[in-house]
Amino acid sequence: MERRPRSFYVLTAFFGLFLIFLYGPTVTIGILSFQGPQGGLTFPMRGTSLHWFRDLFEQQAVGDIWGAFRRSLVLGLVVMVTTVVVSVMGGLAFRKRFAGSSVLFYLIVTSLVIPSILVSLGVGLIFNQTGLPVHWASSGYGSQLTWTLPFGLLIMFAVFNRFDRSYEEAARDLGASPWQTVRHVVLPIIAPSLIGVALFGFTLSYDEFARTLLTAGSYNTLPLEIFGMTTNVTTPVIFALGTLTTAFSFVVIGVFLAVVRVMGRRRARQGSDAGRGLV
Amino acid sequence: MTDQTIIAAPPDVPATAAQRGVGRHLTGWLLAAPLAGVLAIFLVLPILTIVVVSFWGATEFSIYPAFEFDNYAFLLTSDVTWRVFGNTFKYALITWAFTLLIGFTVAYYLAFHIRSLTWQIGLFLLCTVPFLTSNIIRMISWIPFLGREGIANSALLSWGVIDAPLDWLLFSDFSVILAFVHLYTLFMVVPIFNTMMRIDRSLIEAATDAGAGGWQTLWHVIIPLAKPGIMIGTIFVVTLVMGDFITVRFMSGSQSANVGRLISNDIGLLQYPSASATAVVLLVTVLLVIAVLLRFVDIRKEL
Repeated sequence: MERRPRSFYVLTAFFGLFLIFLYGPTVTIGILSFQGPQGGLTFPMRGTSLHWFRDLFEQQAVGDIWGAFRRSLVLGLVVMVTTVVVSVMGGLAFRKRFAGSSVLFYLIVTSLVIPSILVSLGVGLIFNQTGLPVHWASSGYGSQLTWTLPFGLLIMFAVFNRFDRSYEEAARDLGASPWQTVRHVVLPIIAPSLIGVALFGFTLSYDEFARTLLTAGSYNTLPLEIFGMTTNVTTPVIFALGTLTTAFSFVVIGVFLAVVRVMGRRRARQGSDAGRGLV
Repeated sequence: MTDQTIIAAPPDVPATAAQRGVGRHLTGWLLAAPLAGVLAIFLVLPILTIVVVSFWGATEFSIYPAFEFDNYAFLLTSDVTWRVFGNTFKYALITWAFTLLIGFTVAYYLAFHIRSLTWQIGLFLLCTVPFLTSNIIRMISWIPFLGREGIANSALLSWGVIDAPLDWLLFSDFSVILAFVHLYTLFMVVPIFNTMMRIDRSLIEAATDAGAGGWQTLWHVIIPLAKPGIMIGTIFVVTLVMGDFITVRFMSGSQSANVGRLISNDIGLLQYPSASATAVVLLVTVLLVIAVLLRFVDIRKEL
């Protein structure tokens, strides 16, 4: 093995510090959420206990966090499915130029860079002026899509820019219809990336705050509930909640990564499925 | 993204080519319809509504349709507006500088110093995971570090670096920018890493063979080739910081203001027309900044 230059060690140290910077605070509140019942918002630890986690499960202690969690979960799943379907369709559409495609492309970019509070304010105003009640499942859902869809589409663009079209040509030459080509050739090839799109769709929705602020109505999603707590809760119970939510996010990410791995393995094991479609 | 369908069609059957042309548009429209629908209802319509309402009038309790420039006149002649816009640009610029420096270094390390692809992907994922967790919790988690009795102060005190706890660690411009850098460096790392991975390694060998030192290779080969990634990262960071309202409110303890907070305060007071006017000015500012940045990069090519 060839010797590493000195810059390697300097940069490794830098990267290590960056990771500490990135994860340190999260780990800290993870530790602090096990504070004893007398403990405060910072060190020293006054004993260790599950006191603050227990507090979360008592109905009166804080707002309706379990209701908020259920709503965030449902909303996240619905946003996830919508994001995958709409992004795949959009990605397929953008493979060929169609009238209006560049306008749509710039709209996607706008959706990504527009200050979130504008979406919140605008959607809120529309519902307000037309007399429709704002609700997390209607106005909240739509507002979140303006944040998750651009990410889904960017992933799809990246995937299709690298897509080898000769597979499709082969399918067409063998007499496959356009639908058959998409269903049996394109979708299986891009499937792992769809897991990525789904992961983004779910987590971005689950953690979304700014665009849901004025559009969720009277029933809060979890991030809104947590933000509400920051103004009036001064005990480590908020750390306990933060730790649980982060742990949940990690589990979700882990599950998605595991699915990608399993798919990759299975694909490698099965190798070519040439001839399998023939009966 | 070329018109391959048409090129592939035999030239002696123009009718077929024309039909395919129409069919191509039709398929495109059908596939893009859900996307266009969502963006029309939840992006274009809200923007139009904001523009319309920005000309409306307001009483203490309600808003009424009108066509007056009062909101803009008030906005653009107020000292507060200019100060707050200045503050917003300040946050954006400082955050941009730090995220670029850190993000570039991290991406460079991952792309050129880590040699196995598995490690590259693993460490890259490690950098992106926090993006998929809650921003608000990541902000909250700075409190035990930065507070008067926080970890930073007690460490500095016990080392004898300071005699009294520092007050400016939490609820100050310092903590606002720290949180921005913490939240948004990933948006630099990802696109820069992406472009760096596509740099042909033989170019770097060629530079070395031609006698370039490490810094010369970095400055004359890698940075110019990584520029598109830098630009995309810049667009992300600048727009996120300029449009933010929650980080500034939370991390400054409501002591500093940026444009987003100006808007959200007006919303809190139900002054929707004036909030809308501020929002329009903010949107125009952000779009102008992006228009300038887009001159340096063609996003569609870089995905």
